[in-house]
Amino acid sequence: MDFDLIIIGAGPGGYVAAIRASQLGLKTAIVEREALGGVCLNWGCIPTKALLKSGEVYEQLHHLADYGLAADKPRFDFAKVVERSRKVAGQLNSGVGFLMRKHKIEVIEGTARLEKGTPAPKVIIAQKRGGERILQAKHVIVATGARARTLPQIGLVPDGDRVWSYREAMVPKAAPKSLIVIGSGAIGIEFASFYRALGAEVMVVEALPRILPVEDEEVSTAARKAFERRGLKFRIGATVKALTTSKTGVAVQIETGGSTETLQAERAIVAVGIVGNVEDLGLEALGVKIEKTHVVTGPHGATGVPGLYAIGDVAGPPWLAHKASHEGVHCVEHIAGQPAKTLNAPIPGCTYANPQIASVGLTEAAAKAAGRKVKIGRFAFRANGKAIAAGETEGFVKTLFDAETGALVGAHMIGAEVTEMIQGFALAMTLEATEAELHATVFAHPTLSEAMHESALDAYGLVLHA
Amino acid sequence: MTDILMPALSPTMEEGTLAKWLVKAGDTVSAGDVIAEIETDKATMEVEAVDDGVVEAILVAAGSEGVKVNTPIARLAGGVEAKASPAPAVPAPAQAPTEAKAVAQTTATTLKPAPSRETGERVFASPLARRIAAQKGLDLSAIQGSGPHGRIIERDVKDAKPGTKSTIGTMPVAEARGESRPVQFLQQMGIAEGSYDLIPLDGMRKTVARRMTDSFRDVPHFPLTIELEIDRLLEARGRINQMLEKDGVKVSVNDIILKACAVALKRVPEANASYSPEGIALHHHADIAMAVAVDGGLITPIIRKCETKGLAEIAQETKDLAERARTRKLKPEEFQGGTFSVSNLGMFGIKTFASIINEPQGAILSVGAGAKQPVVRGDQLAIATVMSVTMTCDHRVVDGATGARWLAAFKALIEEPLAMIV
Repeated sequence: MDFDLIIIGAGPGGYVAAIRASQLGLKTAIVEREALGGVCLNWGCIPTKALLKSGEVYEQLHHLADYGLAADKPRFDFAKVVERSRKVAGQLNSGVGFLMRKHKIEVIEGTARLEKGTPAPKVIIAQKRGGERILQAKHVIVATGARARTLPQIGLVPDGDRVWSYREAMVPKAAPKSLIVIGSGAIGIEFASFYRALGAEVMVVEALPRILPVEDEEVSTAARKAFERRGLKFRIGATVKALTTSKTGVAVQIETGGSTETLQAERAIVAVGIVGNVEDLGLEALGVKIEKTHVVTGPHGATGVPGLYAIGDVAGPPWLAHKASHEGVHCVEHIAGQPAKTLNAPIPGCTYANPQIASVGLTEAAAKAAGRKVKIGRFAFRANGKAIAAGETEGFVKTLFDAETGALVGAHMIGAEVTEMIQGFALAMTLEATEAELHATVFAHPTLSEAMHESALDAYGLVLHA
Repeated sequence: MTDILMPALSPTMEEGTLAKWLVKAGDTVSAGDVIAEIETDKATMEVEAVDDGVVEAILVAAGSEGVKVNTPIARLAGGVEAKASPAPAVPAPAQAPTEAKAVAQTTATTLKPAPSRETGERVFASPLARRIAAQKGLDLSAIQGSGPHGRIIERDVKDAKPGTKSTIGTMPVAEARGESRPVQFLQQMGIAEGSYDLIPLDGMRKTVARRMTDSFRDVPHFPLTIELEIDRLLEARGRINQMLEKDGVKVSVNDIILKACAVALKRVPEANASYSPEGIALHHHADIAMAVAVDGGLITPIIRKCETKGLAEIAQETKDLAERARTRKLKPEEFQGGTFSVSNLGMFGIKTFASIINEPQGAILSVGAGAKQPVVRGDQLAIATVMSVTMTCDHRVVDGATGARWLAAFKALIEEPLAMIV
């Protein structure tokens, strides 16, 4: 037996699982074909936050007068913006390397596939440095993540030049003058927000009737208005019929409610969803069930094949790094024989556009569809002292409480810093707080978070500042 | 807001059954109003409100068994502070824990029961779980939490029904002590599942089981049997009842036996005693407990200072106590304590039997059936009505000779009832 545990994929699911395994005394190896930290750290969550920060600061420079400030005509050096983003990713990438060494986790660079074995499938690794390693462990976790979905039949395939996925969109040589973003989920909206901040003409195309379709409808509506105020344009309920490229740009033919239109831009970003990295691993031959490009898993990530588990994006939505890490830890603790933790904590979701959007729990529509009677509270940041002082009065906090039990069933926010504030509601939900605890909690003044309190009060007709 | 707590209606009470609510959420109550009935060890007791207020929530549903003392059972709005139970709660006997632990551990290895909560221990539950439990009238202390560190969370109470313990709920105290064997044991011993009906243990049954097991195991007991001729007693009873007819009072043989016991205890005070590690308590009065069979068990109401009471008074008292025992309307002080017990199975034709001592009493008298039988007087055969009595003695306080002296005194009183008034 070579290892207690081999993890395939060193993204936020895999590498966190490896650290936990090491803490629990498991002899652990982790296989990565590209870069430690996975998409999240190298091509996703982290570097985009660096880009967005640049965009946000630049955008603020245009509003200096609002704060009684003045500066010469603001400029940006796009290459340096991208360089900073890459530096941030690089720093965290080497940080993960350090963590692996610290926890004595063997990092194997290469591409893994699985073959029948006992007590878990054998792991065959085609190493980057050449040669093949065949390893047998007691347990194997597949944490291979996911990648951008492509739709080749209508031309939605990144070509690295005119048509980008998130990956190319993160490191272009120059900022585009005009851009079409196809898909208005978190990824599409974040890039749209970033490039708009840098002055690009941006058109977002969404097939569903509203942007950010997973968010609460009120938030979607408010977000669209906020983005439109910043000059973003939207085509909602618009189906992409074809995307064609030329030497000068892209043409995207869309159909909206029966009428067709062709949009022109310098570049296009394809952000139409995610597919799991399930190929070339030998999963099917082992009898692993795969549905819609994702591994079907049971409790603790079990795949049904002895000794084989799957966690994170490859195991299905929501495709979020924190969900992957959580599942990874959970799976490893199960493997190590720790008492089962079956607490189903709600998973918050964040979109780092300007303004930010954050939510946890059920949307109003989902709560009603589930037959729950809810009390709804709302509080707008324009009535919040700190927001007024900061000049960040856009947005609101919406809370949903079960009408019978008072359980907080969902919270939806749009506005400045809400991605930092959502943890308060996530904690409340995990602790199964009711409105009574939220009402009783003392929120510091002056903070944007006071809007959370007021929203919870509003749901019970007790709002103070509205 | 005031929590109404499960009262300890007696010093030995650890848990009880919340038999009935006489109020519901939203009702206005005044101090002194009867709000609930609680079935305790041996009786049904009324719980009175100690505050004025509005019943905000019923926290423990009617019919809930094994409700631990000091568990909040209802919430009263408009009160001032949490009210303790009327009688002070008494901690569990000091010697219990070590022993109980050892036994419980043995059980645990085979059964892995959920750890049971001690009375008054803090119950960790999420705010939402607490609210749902309150809305459904669930007793949180009877629910095993599945959250972190055993915290009770929503899913533990969501589908639970009032009055039923959660599937992995705590074990009753008696079981935790290993005193009654779990149902699995029946199967292991070859009793097929489904071949019997399982009657849940009520408060009385649990108390009888616990107290009798404790006594039989812990008290070094021995029986002394003697035969008594009761013809004079029967004759005296007839005359007494003639005298009392106009008052509508009827004295039973058992009443005279109770009186005789009391007088005998005054004559042989060493038999009116209780053992304690600090010393032997010689009781000032003969508080005679009489065993009364009731539906689902037995109860032993007490005739206090029996030696001071006339037969008519005893007869009226026993009649009243027995009646109220059968309807479970006795107050705790009417059946707790006592210095000596009498159990009579004569009416069932039982000739002799040896009862189990009712702790902390030093002895119990088991009275058999009286029947005519041949006796030898001098060298002559004669017919007499003869009754056997057996005295079970706690050897720590009542030695064989002491018991024999008491029986001799008792025999003299029964065979010459006039001696009782001497």
